[in-house]
Amino acid sequence: MTDIRSYEDNRDAGFGDYVQLLKPRVMSLVVFTALVGLLVAPVSLHPVEAFTAVLFIALGGGASGALNMWWDADIDAIMRRTKSRPIPSGRIEAGEALAVGLALSGISVVMLALATNVLAGALLAFTIFFYVVIYSVWLKRSTPQNIVIGGAAGAFPPMIGWVAATGSVSLEAFLMFMLIFMWTPPHFWALALFMKSDYGDAKVPMLTETHGRRVTRAHVWWYTVALVPFSLALGFTPIGGNVYLAASVVLNLGFLRGAWTIWRRDETVAEADGYKVEKSVFRFSLLYLFLHFTALLADAALRAWGGF
Amino acid sequence: MPRCALGGASEVALHVETEMHRRRFSRNLGLGLVLAAFVALVFALTVVKVTQGDRMHANDGKSMAGTAAQPATGTAP
Repeated sequence: MTDIRSYEDNRDAGFGDYVQLLKPRVMSLVVFTALVGLLVAPVSLHPVEAFTAVLFIALGGGASGALNMWWDADIDAIMRRTKSRPIPSGRIEAGEALAVGLALSGISVVMLALATNVLAGALLAFTIFFYVVIYSVWLKRSTPQNIVIGGAAGAFPPMIGWVAATGSVSLEAFLMFMLIFMWTPPHFWALALFMKSDYGDAKVPMLTETHGRRVTRAHVWWYTVALVPFSLALGFTPIGGNVYLAASVVLNLGFLRGAWTIWRRDETVAEADGYKVEKSVFRFSLLYLFLHFTALLADAALRAWGGF
Repeated sequence: MPRCALGGASEVALHVETEMHRRRFSRNLGLGLVLAAFVALVFALTVVKVTQGDRMHANDGKSMAGTAAQPATGTAP
């Protein structure tokens, strides 16, 4: 046993490291929005089918997270926010992450298709492809519009949940998709405004680096304005209701107010107060999305009990 | 474990080995539980599909009318 000391340098991965590879925080958002998409649909699934559907939509999202970490390991090692991830910290090898990502992608797509329908499985496969190939491999390092188009990947889960239950894409599913799709740019640009040095060091072309902070502030405002109609329109579909409409009006006013403040604010003022407004708008944007989907769920529950 | 009596450096090495074993055990246990859960889930899904009398997938949009359980056509004994 003379080589026993060689283990000291070998940072063997524990189970938790593989869980980290699946980006559990992103998965929690996927689980929530997919579950809402599935529950508000007019066709109900058996609870076991519904559980299986949400589980494998989430696993598909996790698999794309692992593939993203495999591809982005070099830039993850540079950014403060990401350098403790399993690959840059040396706990999991890049090739292993690729294998885990590909295997879980296959399992989740096949299981979702078997548990619900082929269209849902195909949509999940497309989502994984979109996030990994279109966003991570192609757009993320080549254009400041990466966030805008990449946002589509995060917008698919409620649509997949809906399709898992009904078997087809409809206006409601499209509007749930658009709500997250249009929400993503102002959400991430608010983050980029106060995480300023990180993306630049990693040479990721964020709007703040390529077009400057003034332009980014304007973009936060205009994309928030573009988001509002989609948010309100969802309230006038069969899955909307009084709770959703009330929540949507209040949340949109709050988001517009925050985005307006970001736009009108000077960089020196922002720097002086430690990007207080940008940070609060970022936090509010998370609440904005969460409460929109919670309101959809509340209206569905009220309809089920015969109210409203 | 006779190696415990070897003294200073070996004790440190032994501790590192134990840590490695702990991580490896957590990985094996986690994978075992995940596989067991997967088997249970496939079993439960099979039971649900069979008792509902469905084909091997739920609703593909072509059979929206009458989504209530229907016997498979032409195969009933």
